Amino acid sequence: MEQVLANGAYLGAQYALIALGLTLIFALMNVLNFAHGQMYVIGGFVTYTVYAQIGLPFVVGLAASAVTLAIVGALIEKFLFRPVIKKSVREESTMLLAAGIAFFLDAIILLVFGEKQRGVPKIINGVFNYNDFTMVMPYDKILVGFLAIASIIIFILYMQYSKTGRAMRALAQDKVAAQLMGVDVDKYSMIGFALGAMLAGVVGGLLVTVTGINLGMGGPTSIKAFMMVMIGGAGVISGAIAGGFILGMMEAVGLSVLAAYGDITYLAIFVSLMVFLAIRPQGLMGKPWG
Amino acid sequence: MSYKNQQTLGVGAFLFVVFILIPWLIHVSGRWDFYYTLTSVALLSIASGGVWLTFYIGRINIGQGAFALAGGYVSAILVVKYGVSFWLTIPLAGLFCAVAAVLIGLPILRLRGVYFAMITLVLTEVARLTALALPITNGARGISSIPLPGELSIFGLTIIPDFSTIENVKLAFYYVAAVLMVASFAALYRIVNSRIGHLCRSLQQNEELASSIGVNTAYLRVIAYAISSFMGGISGAIFVAISRSIYPASFPVKDSIDFMLNCFLGGLGYVFGPMLGTLVIYFGWDVLFTTGKYQLLIYSSVLILLMLFLPNGILSLRLPGRKGVRK
Repeated sequence: MEQVLANGAYLGAQYALIALGLTLIFALMNVLNFAHGQMYVIGGFVTYTVYAQIGLPFVVGLAASAVTLAIVGALIEKFLFRPVIKKSVREESTMLLAAGIAFFLDAIILLVFGEKQRGVPKIINGVFNYNDFTMVMPYDKILVGFLAIASIIIFILYMQYSKTGRAMRALAQDKVAAQLMGVDVDKYSMIGFALGAMLAGVVGGLLVTVTGINLGMGGPTSIKAFMMVMIGGAGVISGAIAGGFILGMMEAVGLSVLAAYGDITYLAIFVSLMVFLAIRPQGLMGKPWG
Repeated sequence: MSYKNQQTLGVGAFLFVVFILIPWLIHVSGRWDFYYTLTSVALLSIASGGVWLTFYIGRINIGQGAFALAGGYVSAILVVKYGVSFWLTIPLAGLFCAVAAVLIGLPILRLRGVYFAMITLVLTEVARLTALALPITNGARGISSIPLPGELSIFGLTIIPDFSTIENVKLAFYYVAAVLMVASFAALYRIVNSRIGHLCRSLQQNEELASSIGVNTAYLRVIAYAISSFMGGISGAIFVAISRSIYPASFPVKDSIDFMLNCFLGGLGYVFGPMLGTLVIYFGWDVLFTTGKYQLLIYSSVLILLMLFLPNGILSLRLPGRKGVRK
């Protein structure tokens, strides 16, 4: 049982970080970022390139991932989403654009990094052994989990106490009111998108050390992120964190309890999600109808 | 010429092109491979037509791949394991999907906008996982070497001959798909221009207002979703008969997104938009095949550029209004 809980907490921390970026972008711009999974994959590949191929320290790789994705995110917002949002008459258009960007990033990843599964050398060796093998956890997983939690805390503090964070929260709450108070929508939308993409990149950089990275991981990651956001409620930061940890726990518990019945964990999670949404369509902490 | 005459002429010309001109052109040019492409376009446009109907009630549906997969499996299992005639499995697959859509739709159709889009996307992935997990679907190995469709006869009168006795199976499948496509879009056109269609339009514009003047919104939503899934199911069933195999990965998430793109690209305000969108996307993708590894790059760049300069669909070029253009 301790093992399952530890796995769940570890997964939950990663998932929460992914969902945070997605929900931030959604809250600010009402855009469902289909390309979030692909951004995560790019983050993983950048860390792989810097850390495993060039041979610089892992922290440099992680920082490189964060910076690369922040730039990519900012550019995507400025040159793609902003004009389309201004011009189109229905909100669905941004979804098509996001799908196009997801395919585009997939193509870039394929051309630049290839389609092979890539892994990096372990950052720390050894295994943490608690209470005579009732719980076993490799040290690198523990480190990655703590780094993820630290990133979440830094993110929350930033959103809560910095001027930028306050502006972004105001925008998410009420766009018109925020504009009237002198918040520059264009500027903070760009910062928010860059920040959301950066979070995806950081998770990619963290997880490449444990699971490795390959081209096909983008889509499923986006889908998991959508599920977390739905559990917690779209556009709400606390909801994304809750959703991430809940999905992580459910996955860990499901994998151990339902293993006897075959690979039905995600089926069970989906069915429970449907029942949950039938009772509470806006998720745990979301506003009704997003 | 009156509008009515124009319309009849247009439909006549379309039927002429689909059933006479295209087979003749292919016969003359000898490009038999086009039959497969055009059959796929016809089938995909049926599924996209279904997605279009859910757009019509104001929902973004990215879950059609799930129903195409379900329809395909229903048909394959009935044909292979129970020896049911393929022609009977087409409506059965559609009905299975419609019932499933009612069950799934009752809770999730209460969601709107991005929420509904997200959960339907998840649905596609779940359909794949279900196909992997269930024993009857044969897991990752899928169901292969499905026999060709047999004879269809009523009271001893042969309507469709046994496909294994036909020398040109590709042409036969093309006709089946084309007939179904025409029938589906005729039905769709009829639905949209009926009382239900007008009510659906009211849902798209303002759900609260519609329900306040006595429109049964919950019922309408489920009906529209069931019809949409029915179309997904039959297109999946015929696809399986053509490729003669089905795997859990036959209709991945990309297909679900493509169905949605087809509708967008054709324009959401026009019944025949999905047909045009499917044709453009499918052919575009095929033509780009020659560019090798740059295929996806060019394809996605074109999509992005299209969104930048034509955010309201191809048909918006020609049609001044977006919604309810047809009188």
